[in-house]
Amino acid sequence: MSEAIQDDQDLSGMPMMDNPVMPYLRQERIPHIWCPGCGIGTTVNCFTRAIEEAASDLDKLAIVSGIGCTGRVAGYLNLDSFHTTHGRAIPFATGLKLSNPELSVVVYSGDGDLFAIGGNHFMHAARRNMDLLVVCVNNFTYGMTGGQVAPTTPIGATQTTMPYGNFENPASLPFLADAAGATFVARWTVYHVRQLTRCFKEALGKKGFRFIEILAPCPTLFLRRNRLGDGVDMVRTYKEKSVLRNGADTKEVGLGLTGEIVVGTFVDRERPTWLESMNDHFGKVFGDRYSRYGG
Amino acid sequence: MSDPATVRKAKGTVFVKPEVCKGCSYCIEFCPTDCLEFSREFNAKGYHYPVLGTPDDCTGCGLCGLYCPDFAIFGARFKDIEVARVTAAARQASLDNPTS
Ligand SMILES: Cc1ncc(C[n+]2csc(CCOP(=O)(O)OP(=O)(O)O)c2C)c(N)n1
Ligand code: SF4
Ligand code: SF4
Ligand code: SF4
Repeated sequence: MSEAIQDDQDLSGMPMMDNPVMPYLRQERIPHIWCPGCGIGTTVNCFTRAIEEAASDLDKLAIVSGIGCTGRVAGYLNLDSFHTTHGRAIPFATGLKLSNPELSVVVYSGDGDLFAIGGNHFMHAARRNMDLLVVCVNNFTYGMTGGQVAPTTPIGATQTTMPYGNFENPASLPFLADAAGATFVARWTVYHVRQLTRCFKEALGKKGFRFIEILAPCPTLFLRRNRLGDGVDMVRTYKEKSVLRNGADTKEVGLGLTGEIVVGTFVDRERPTWLESMNDHFGKVFGDRYSRYGG
Repeated sequence: MSDPATVRKAKGTVFVKPEVCKGCSYCIEFCPTDCLEFSREFNAKGYHYPVLGTPDDCTGCGLCGLYCPDFAIFGARFKDIEVARVTAAARQASLDNPTS
């Protein structure tokens, strides 16, 4: 095939199709601001494919983000989206869910937003089994503000606020979610696009506090500062270092700067959601005088 | 029939928006049949963008589109492209000729 034809993408009479992600994006905001090789956009493809395959009712699906590069996801998705303040995506989502229990509410944010400033909210929403799907794009750093150390930064990684390397013990997010009571806990990377799509779909179909951690490269701040190459080099590393271990003990899935990356679904269990517990409890206390709220 | 070992027929193709590509090479690196390569041209932002180097190898699996963080490429099977074309034509016809 001639070079000219390829470069012009002259597909000889073939109809131009639209990228399957397009109907789910606020087109006027595209192109997005993410850096070349940033993994966040890849997760958005998987998420939108999952809502398409799950045939989710888009009028009953809301997405809530905090602040950060990942926090911009809510602003790009053409759903009922809420871009809240830093760290407060989960309490906002809790209010949204409880005031309109019919909604399926997804929180989509970064590791700094969800586990540093917002860590306490995460713990309590999981403990109460609030009916939310929480998606964390973990790039091991604060991307938006210039690469400060995050609660997830591995020991030894250099960051603007840890110029001689990080010595703080990082949090293992699946372990935290499991210990706090999440009903579904999974980890994938942006290499695992098919598995991640399936995981989103599965989690969307479940109830309770569900948590998905997605490892994604931040080439501009995390990789460059640690001489880990470009985005694509990191995704290749994910491919090489990942080991699938469904049902793994979450105590054993911690991450280092190098070393294996355990992926899969670690927790899948049932517990009454906060609303179910409230209804059951008040039903017992007040008997017929109580009418259940939100099903 | 020609020798199947030498003749391969593409089952699909890709659609690229060169102007939004940021040259990250995810699509090229993770295409299962290795059929994409960088263009010789630059786009307006100065990035090389993907083109089909060996178009016959494209299966239309769509993985490039799942990987692309910039929504600049996606692949589709010819049979799905045909379905989309027929559906779009039918929709257009019913708009042009409203019967009821
Ligand atoms: C109350 C408050 N404190 C601090 C900030 C500054 N700030 C904005 S985003 C961010 C961290 C973002 O990191 P992360 O959640 O990991 O997202 P990423 O950008 O890496 O996707 C911080 C500290 C803020 N916006 N508001
Ligand atoms: S700074 Fe990092 S996380 Fe933010 S858009 Fe750039 S690569 Fe992505
Ligand atoms: S559709 Fe599949 S085979 Fe074709 S270029 Fe994309 S990834 Fe490769
Ligand atoms: S994955 Fe997208 S942005 Fe990256 S090189 Fe391919 S088309 Fe360009």
